Amino acid sequence: MVTLVFELFVTGRTRQSQRAIQNLRAYFADFPDVEYELTIIDVIEQPDRAEERHILATPTLIRLVPPPPLRIIGDLSDREIVRQTIGLLSSADDSSNHSHQGEDSSHE
Amino acid sequence: MNEKLSPLPKLLTGIPGFDSITNGGLPLHRTSLLSGTAGSAKTVFGSQFLAAGIEQFDQPGVFVTFEEPPADIRRNMMGFGWDIEAWEAQGKWAFVDVSPLLTDETVIGGEYDLGALLARMENAVKRIGAQRLVMDSLGAVFTQIAESKIVRNEMLRITTALKKLGVTSLLTAERTEEFGAIARYGIEEFVTDNVVVLRNNLEDEKRRRTIEILKFRGTDHQKGEYPFTIHPRGGIIVLPLSALELKQQSTDLRITSGNAILDEMCGGGFFRDSVILASGATGTGKTLTVTQFISGGAARDERCLLFAFEESREQLFRNARGWGLDFHALEKSGALRVICAYPEVAGLEDHLVSMKSEIESFKPNRVAVDSLSALERVGSAKGFREFVIGLTSFIKHHEMAGLFTATTPTLLGGASVTEAHISTITDSILLLRYVEMYGVMRRGMTVLKMRGSMHDKEIREVSIDSTGMHIGAPFRHVSGILAGVPVHASEREIARLNDLFDQ
Repeated sequence: MVTLVFELFVTGRTRQSQRAIQNLRAYFADFPDVEYELTIIDVIEQPDRAEERHILATPTLIRLVPPPPLRIIGDLSDREIVRQTIGLLSSADDSSNHSHQGEDSSHE
Repeated sequence: MNEKLSPLPKLLTGIPGFDSITNGGLPLHRTSLLSGTAGSAKTVFGSQFLAAGIEQFDQPGVFVTFEEPPADIRRNMMGFGWDIEAWEAQGKWAFVDVSPLLTDETVIGGEYDLGALLARMENAVKRIGAQRLVMDSLGAVFTQIAESKIVRNEMLRITTALKKLGVTSLLTAERTEEFGAIARYGIEEFVTDNVVVLRNNLEDEKRRRTIEILKFRGTDHQKGEYPFTIHPRGGIIVLPLSALELKQQSTDLRITSGNAILDEMCGGGFFRDSVILASGATGTGKTLTVTQFISGGAARDERCLLFAFEESREQLFRNARGWGLDFHALEKSGALRVICAYPEVAGLEDHLVSMKSEIESFKPNRVAVDSLSALERVGSAKGFREFVIGLTSFIKHHEMAGLFTATTPTLLGGASVTEAHISTITDSILLLRYVEMYGVMRRGMTVLKMRGSMHDKEIREVSIDSTGMHIGAPFRHVSGILAGVPVHASEREIARLNDLFDQ
């Protein structure tokens, strides 16, 4: 099973930042078997990291593994967008908008 | 600049001419909007704002790019002589690269703000101690963030933060048409109180770039559109023409025209810092007047710069030799420089910029342009007038004498477009005309105007031979010469007129 790798860029301890972290954790709580790595980067403390990744808005979630990289801008409150973008599908729904290959291992 | 005169202090930009139309630069620590259509040189202007800051004032600058990657900007601006990469290494220039990453697919999934952008900008400003900042461009922000409410709120937050940081900044924005809404997103007016518009107009089938300060809240600036050009080696040069127009000083010093009788007709020669227009049909002696002007200067160790737009070097030199003047020798001795160019090789703004730089490098006492009217066809009527004003004020400002020639389209009488447009700008006007008398063409000359001096009002006969120009006696008993319809008065009529005045 591939470990998903994420970076989440936030600005300080704003409510939006907190919400994004909570929403992401809540989302993965539904997939207990999925392994993921999440690095939270505060752009105020580490602006160079934001520079490297051309971050414009916060919060921004980047899925780095598996490739290709995907980004979700916002506090991840739109669960449907998160579901479509990250590509973890419930067994009842296996249509995906994305054409990533080799992700079957992360599905239940 | 002068803080007592202007309620809000300004930052000198160092962009040639811009500081004079803005009465001292951009509002200090504020954000100004730079709006223009595609291709109106917004990115060049923004880059130059930073480059001039580094080169002239040692003020570091941050370039926030939403569209072009930094590598492209570095390469594109290299031609203007701005070595951005070197400045980056010296900590004088920093990019904040927000150009879209095409590799990453991006979706919106909830609420967000542009906190990351602000954090990065603040970081860059603090890191290099920036005093200037450019954001290029607002339109490209919208391609990444479509919600104008968010962009508006965030841009307001950013401009407020920049003010606190003590940074003077420019935000570029696209407009879809040259005249109309300031910019296309309708949020720009919320973002800034200061608006500068760049235009790239098609006027009489000719491109004409202009810049206009639309508003500076709380401080003054020059009104209206000013032409500008983009010099391949230095970037944008604004030509603050009408801002200069009436500021010249004048002097009583006289210089010779190169012809003793013409000097007499002018009341003792031309004024040193004046501009004289010699107008006439082809063959009436305009180029000879210029040649005399050069020779008169050379005889008194004055240097002369001649811009020739009608004849080739060979032709000019041969003509001069025909009248007994050796241009080759004069050039060799450094008393003369002749620059021949086709009018069509450049726009009027470019001609003006290159003529100014020739004048500055040669530092002549006298400048002659033969003929000015050859340049008429290069630009629009308005552009031509601005060109003449620019050249005239530059020459007078440098305390030189200028002699321009204008060719009239008709052989007898008439006025050229040049005359109509610039007769009020020049200080003196010489008219050279053909006069038909009893079936023979003769030449006449008169001083039509001599600002600040008495002058001969008569129309005198001119003859031209291998030794040059000879000004003879006034035409008597003829009227209507200038109108091109000479009328010969009969002896009886003359006697009657004489009687009128004798009584």
